[in-house]
Amino acid sequence: MATITVPVKRKVNLRRAFIPYLYLLPAFVVLGVITFYPLIYQVIISFTDFQTKDLLLGLNSPKLNHIQFKNYIDIITGGLPVQNFDFFRVLTYNFWWAITNVMVHVPAGVLIAVLMNVKGIWFKRLYRAIYVLPVVIPPIVVGTIWRNIFDEQYGAMNQALTATSQLFGNIDPVKIRWLFEYKPPIPWLLPNGPLPLAYYAMMIANFWLGWPFMVLVATGALQSIPKELYEAASIDGASRTFQFWNITVPLIRPAMIPAAMYGFTMSFNLFNFVYFMSGGGPARTTEILVTFAYDLVRNLRLYGAAGAFSVIIFFVVLSIFLITNRITRATESYSES
Amino acid sequence: MTTITQTDKPKNFLVRFFNIDTSGSKGGSEKLPLWRQLVIQLLCLLITIEVMFPIMYIITLAFSSKSTRPSTLELFPKEISLVAFQQVLTRPTANPVTFLELLKNSFLLSVIVGLVALLVAVTAAYAFSRFKFKLRQMLMILVFIPLLMPAVGLATPLFLLMNSLQVKTCADGAMAIQPFSACDPGVAAKLLFNLRDSLIGVGIAMISTALPFAVWNLKGYLDTIPKELEEAAAIDGADSNQVFFRIVLPLAAPQMAVTFFLGFIGHWQEFVLPWLFLTKPQDYTLAMTLYNMTGQYASSIPWNRFAAMAIIVALPVAIVYVLLQKQIVSGLTAGGVKG
Repeated sequence: MATITVPVKRKVNLRRAFIPYLYLLPAFVVLGVITFYPLIYQVIISFTDFQTKDLLLGLNSPKLNHIQFKNYIDIITGGLPVQNFDFFRVLTYNFWWAITNVMVHVPAGVLIAVLMNVKGIWFKRLYRAIYVLPVVIPPIVVGTIWRNIFDEQYGAMNQALTATSQLFGNIDPVKIRWLFEYKPPIPWLLPNGPLPLAYYAMMIANFWLGWPFMVLVATGALQSIPKELYEAASIDGASRTFQFWNITVPLIRPAMIPAAMYGFTMSFNLFNFVYFMSGGGPARTTEILVTFAYDLVRNLRLYGAAGAFSVIIFFVVLSIFLITNRITRATESYSES
Repeated sequence: MTTITQTDKPKNFLVRFFNIDTSGSKGGSEKLPLWRQLVIQLLCLLITIEVMFPIMYIITLAFSSKSTRPSTLELFPKEISLVAFQQVLTRPTANPVTFLELLKNSFLLSVIVGLVALLVAVTAAYAFSRFKFKLRQMLMILVFIPLLMPAVGLATPLFLLMNSLQVKTCADGAMAIQPFSACDPGVAAKLLFNLRDSLIGVGIAMISTALPFAVWNLKGYLDTIPKELEEAAAIDGADSNQVFFRIVLPLAAPQMAVTFFLGFIGHWQEFVLPWLFLTKPQDYTLAMTLYNMTGQYASSIPWNRFAAMAIIVALPVAIVYVLLQKQIVSGLTAGGVKG
């Protein structure tokens, strides 16, 4: 008996071991062709001077030069044939852009969520419904709308400022070149690059876009805090400010930190909004890494350099992910299983 | 004890169902003092103004019959004119493309990409969620890597690879499919089809990032489904295929819908790949048309039409969002790594 069952069991085991791979097969065939192969291809072309002349024959093109790390060196030292490009300035600006956004969105979101959590406000449900609107509108539309709002000639922002200044007796219409003024209002703010007026305009627009999401997350977290904590604290005579810093803040932190990390990653790669609003201008001062990479491939058609740039972006985003992941431990369950 | 039972009076089901806050201004245990209420109302009103400012601005523009922008700030429509919407619907761009074609392109692209990604992803998600096998960890990381890559990061190789697949008719009557065959040297060739410059190519390129997202999103959900049902079915003699099709698939259906719509929101706005790949106006999507209405071409586009277009592009996403708000917030924060 035993001599018969052993091979049968092994056969069953083999089949069982094979099943998961069968289920993975469709996804990995598709991913292999359209994701992994292009990723490898990207690394290969990043070591070449792939340009429009090589489009027809690709890697077989006789004019294609393998130039090793020249693309990478050019990007880092600013040797690309691109005007107004300085890799470290773009990188610094990109980090600054993402950090300042999150630093504004998260506190605003928490404060507004706390405000909306006060019992007995009139029209609470109406306010909630209105405050979710910015989350609902696609960023490409938000970008175009705000681009027009900050228009120099007829933009709503200048018109609103004109209306306000007329209250104070000013007759001249306000004509601020929000998106095209190169001169930075606060020159010392970022050491290796100016922050033009467009940056502030985009901060205003992205503030509009960003805080409502944080309100959604913070509201969820606030509602899970047991009310007894506040009751006990007020019996002990703790002031509301004290309660906020010692009950609310510590208890919503576990929800807000992942949200902040998510917001950081989103802002860091906020292609659609930046591209639609400023297009990286003026003079590439509001360019972030992804918009510059796009410019390299779409307008400048330096495919080799674009490949190298994308590889660099990958490692930047990977390090951001590893760091934020460390902070949030969001994928803890993945790694232990 | 008595105070607790008083405040915890069972609410009637209507109140509970609609989650009406009965402990509000009327008869709550701690009534909000009027001055506080007024201060909070003032703050809420200010925030409302901040939120509504661009929305009212664009609505006012869209419902205006004038194609120029007003010289002073107008935030409330003076007239309800549908001229702009009418114009956008009949002739959205300077090119001879109808609105329906643009809508069809956007719609087909987002729906088909979403469906294909979902169908291919679901078995992989099941395998990752339920089976223990040797390469599991490694393969999961492999699926995760594309999620870390911003869409722009994959655009270059996809552009180049798709561009190398072209169908040509040669002057001597032969057909050539690059890169597998080419026209004889010296024979003129006419380009019939370039995968890169087609909606199919854009769709394939979009799947490359939609698929890993769908796998991770579905896997995260399948992990939360208890395994007891499947185990019971297995004891009753169901093999793993039957378990998958009869038990897991029906259970995962709601989340598959959520994943599909989350994808739809992204694909509807997809701009990076179509804007890079497509050159023929009849292939344009709504997002591309909207971009064309801003930027350097903006001066030739009447403002009311631009505003109407912005509203039309925003509408489907807004509707999906409102319907799925809860799932979207949790889904985004759970699988949120993609920029």
